[in-house]
Amino acid sequence: MSRQQTQVLATWLISITAVVVILPIVLVVFYVVAKGIGTVNWQFLSQPPSNGMTEGGIFPALLGTVILTLGTAVAAIPLAVGAAIYLAEYAGDNRATRAIRLAIVNLAGIPSIVYGLFGLGMFVLFLNFGTSILAGALTLGLMTLPVVISTAEEAILAVPQEFRVVSLSLGASRWQTIRHQVLPHALPGIITGIILGLGRAAGETAPILFTVAAFYLPELPKSIFDQTMALPYHLYVISTQVPGMPLSIQYGTALVLLIIVLSFTLVATVIRTVMRRRRQW
Amino acid sequence: MENKIEVRNFNFYYGDFQALIDLNLPIRANQITALIGPSGCGKSTFLRALNRMNDTISIARADGEVLLDGKNVYDPDIDVADLRHRVGMVFQRPNPFPQSIYNNVAFGPRVLGTAKKQDLDQIVEESLQGAALWDEVKDKLDKPALELNPGQQQRMCIARTIAVRPEVILMDEPCSALDPVATLHVEELMRRLAEKYTIVIVTHNMQQAARASDWTGFFWLGRLVEFNETTTLFTNPHQELTESYITGRQG
Repeated sequence: MSRQQTQVLATWLISITAVVVILPIVLVVFYVVAKGIGTVNWQFLSQPPSNGMTEGGIFPALLGTVILTLGTAVAAIPLAVGAAIYLAEYAGDNRATRAIRLAIVNLAGIPSIVYGLFGLGMFVLFLNFGTSILAGALTLGLMTLPVVISTAEEAILAVPQEFRVVSLSLGASRWQTIRHQVLPHALPGIITGIILGLGRAAGETAPILFTVAAFYLPELPKSIFDQTMALPYHLYVISTQVPGMPLSIQYGTALVLLIIVLSFTLVATVIRTVMRRRRQW
Repeated sequence: MENKIEVRNFNFYYGDFQALIDLNLPIRANQITALIGPSGCGKSTFLRALNRMNDTISIARADGEVLLDGKNVYDPDIDVADLRHRVGMVFQRPNPFPQSIYNNVAFGPRVLGTAKKQDLDQIVEESLQGAALWDEVKDKLDKPALELNPGQQQRMCIARTIAVRPEVILMDEPCSALDPVATLHVEELMRRLAEKYTIVIVTHNMQQAARASDWTGFFWLGRLVEFNETTTLFTNPHQELTESYITGRQG
């Protein structure tokens, strides 16, 4: 085979692998949109399920997912950003730091069902929060930590050392330098990480299974110690647990969940692209 | 003549390597002191030792005294941030923050809280005037500092340094990235700044030291070979090594 032929063949093979990777995503999105688009309207989004969930909308589950995502943000962001600042700016290269990094990598690799069981043991039972929004948000927050810590640390480390040196030379303290020079420049990267983490949290079923999610609730939650319905679990329930469930509602629910999760990713990508273009170093 | 800084028996180490050996010299108040010598002779290390910018290097270690107004800056009770507030620094390459001209100059006073909000405009204007840049940038203060040419950027960095009202300004080869005209601008500026500030400049350009400074120290392999008034050092050096260096036979 000549060099040109090898080249053509290689290009084709590589292109095919790319298509194979993209195809499932495109097909899933296309399929869910095609099947679900007819169901999703304002009524579907704003009404509670009725008649044994075989009619009506998904409002309580949608609201629950919004609340849980906000709760996850409150639980995870301060801790994750704090940890990232510590690792990037303060931690020395020693055994303790290496142990922390190893723990973070391992946290990222733990299956989500294990987070769910840990949340059950830790927050629901041991800390006695019960099956509640609080327990669910903390569990989701814990699961979100590693990805936010890693991306935030990366964003902080990407700020040129020169900015820190100049800031210190002007008489700023280490914290003033971080607060006023490093974090503003790292912010787009940190926000991207937060959004990606929250997007994953919004779509997960296993961590909320034992900690917060309700099969069906006639009323909306009133406090963080109440249970709530949530979209991913609701989808699981109506797809497997309710006999005679109309397919249209299942696909409508799947579509809404998909839109929520994809829009998180989309927003993160847009922020990253815009900021990269604007960045001057 | 008053000594702003007095260096006594000063040694500096990077791990096992001794970069500065038993330095003794005065830095006179409101004068320009130039430090010359070949690359690696320790002049930049010495400059950074004066405001403890070397502290960020973990293996660096100093002993001896650097007395700023009679107080050793290596004393344990010294607040390093406060020291750097008093002893500012201008770097080799112009290094503006990727922000507007205004925000660059206002950064120090803002962060240190040394100025009230309503005084910031005034400080920015005075600092840019002090750095002989005001007329060129007064209509585009909100433009990115990186859009200025290198000479303007360096003067803006000087404005950023004087905006926190230091007492001493350290300059680490501030003209090495600039063309001759921009270099001349900065040298003229140094002369004006010396009325208010004490200036120490590291340069590998001997003409610059001869032109722009009042005192000159010649470094060689971590030692201060000779220190004298600039005119004396360049016309009548006492050490043979100095003479061979400034006449270009050595180094």
